[in-house]
Amino acid sequence: MIEVSNLTKDYGARRAIDGLNFEARQGEITGFLGPNGAGKTTTMRILTGYMPPSDGAATIAGYDVVRDSLEVRRRVGYLPETVPLYTEMTVFDYLKFMADLRRLPEAEDIIEETLEMVGLLDRAGGYIGNLSKGMRQRVGLAQALLHRPEVLILDEPTIGLDPAQIIEVRNLIREIGKERTVLLSTHILSEAQQLCDRILIINKGKIVAEDTPQNLQSNLSGAQRVQLTVRGDTAKLAEKIGKVDGVENVILSGEEQLEFQYAAGKDVRPAIARMVVEANLDLLEMRAIGLSLEEIFLTLTKEAPAESEE
Amino acid sequence: MRNIWTIAKREYNLYFISPVAYVVAFLFLTIIALIFAINIMAMTVNQFGFAPPPDSRVVTGPMAFLLLLAAPALTMRLLADEVRMGTMELLLTAPVREYELVVGKWLGAFLFMLTLMAVSLVFPFILNQITDPGIDQMLMMSGYLGVILLTAAFLAIGVGISALFSNQVAAFFTTMVIFVILWWLVGAPANVLPGGSDVFRYLDMSGHFYQSFNEGRITLSGIAYYLSLTALGLLIGTTAIETRRWR
Repeated sequence: MIEVSNLTKDYGARRAIDGLNFEARQGEITGFLGPNGAGKTTTMRILTGYMPPSDGAATIAGYDVVRDSLEVRRRVGYLPETVPLYTEMTVFDYLKFMADLRRLPEAEDIIEETLEMVGLLDRAGGYIGNLSKGMRQRVGLAQALLHRPEVLILDEPTIGLDPAQIIEVRNLIREIGKERTVLLSTHILSEAQQLCDRILIINKGKIVAEDTPQNLQSNLSGAQRVQLTVRGDTAKLAEKIGKVDGVENVILSGEEQLEFQYAAGKDVRPAIARMVVEANLDLLEMRAIGLSLEEIFLTLTKEAPAESEE
Repeated sequence: MRNIWTIAKREYNLYFISPVAYVVAFLFLTIIALIFAINIMAMTVNQFGFAPPPDSRVVTGPMAFLLLLAAPALTMRLLADEVRMGTMELLLTAPVREYELVVGKWLGAFLFMLTLMAVSLVFPFILNQITDPGIDQMLMMSGYLGVILLTAAFLAIGVGISALFSNQVAAFFTTMVIFVILWWLVGAPANVLPGGSDVFRYLDMSGHFYQSFNEGRITLSGIAYYLSLTALGLLIGTTAIETRRWR
């Protein structure tokens, strides 16, 4: 459980995060979504006790991140954005070092178990410097999971992985998220959409939206918009489509194109397709335009014109 | 305490795969061996002369001086490199206190230097075998105690300076400058000032060694001086890391 209230951090004159309020609940994966420089890493660094906030407070599992920093750090597993690894150590020695710092009993067994979870058991004796980027990322993840933390904070956990590894890591995170609190940051929208139970969209240090991926999609867009390209009498077709239940805002957008909108959750596309064919028109293309999470994200994060320093 | 030991152990082991540490160890022991050999040769040439046979000071004397170079080379990496590699984030978000980190780093370097000094014991041993009636063991122990205290202080200052930088070379040269000041410059006013020279003489790092420990005089003020410098260095390191968080 992470609770953040009015969290603010200034780097000199620049305000990196500005009065953040949110919570991440146990058994949920909370996604921190935002463009680069939005304040994701700063927030995570404050939560993990790496640096203190300028104002506001945050608690993890009931402990204040500044006053009870050590207690917080015992309960948090953290994978920073640049994976902190000692390249001259072997995977096993590195994890043993971290296990010793966390005073884990029977460290060898735990390390073995964790390496199995991240799929690196066969590389335990290899030097970290010789590993690929994806493997290093997984060593970092193993380090964060070593003490089976109550709260897991992952800064861009799938960056640099190949598609197969991304799926593996996502499955692993999903598994962990079932019983623990997971806060992860990403700027990949589809990842947030697939992985997270709740999404916080952050821009310029402020939370601009917070909801489940589904609600974000339907609340903020309200509807799906479709573009239709047909050959034939589009004006007459537009009239017909307008009469279909649930369809609104039909416009002719070109010689052979028209656009319409339908309420999310009520898919009228098959009916429309049949209608076009029955009217003896040639259906050339039907595609959803915008209103995906991607579009919402772009609208939300572009409202204020970007300042040059970011 | 366990965290200190964990960190010290890692640093100690790391020295054995570090090229810089091998260069330091090689030069340190080779130069001592050369000076030792020259002294032995001088002794054999002078065997009908009046010069007294060399004692353990031919080992501890140069050793103290060599520490001026060896210590910064061993400490420059300790904290500066953690910052550069980004692993400082790992250590500062692990349940480790700042002082445990600094003391652990220092202890790792200290144990490495102690290892080198243990190897250097071979020279007094040889000397003991070839001279009659053998060397003054108390003098040797006093000299080695002085070198050990000196090492503790040098390394602590080096660790403290390393915590201020994210660049090893900058840490190395800054440490050297501080050593030069403490070794040669601080004591200098004592020779020219008419009064108050005691303060400067007390602050002089080399004086405590060459005029007392290396001459077989173990003084409480000398021990207090070196231990205070050690504590100061470790305190600077700890404070530097604490302030790093607030930047």
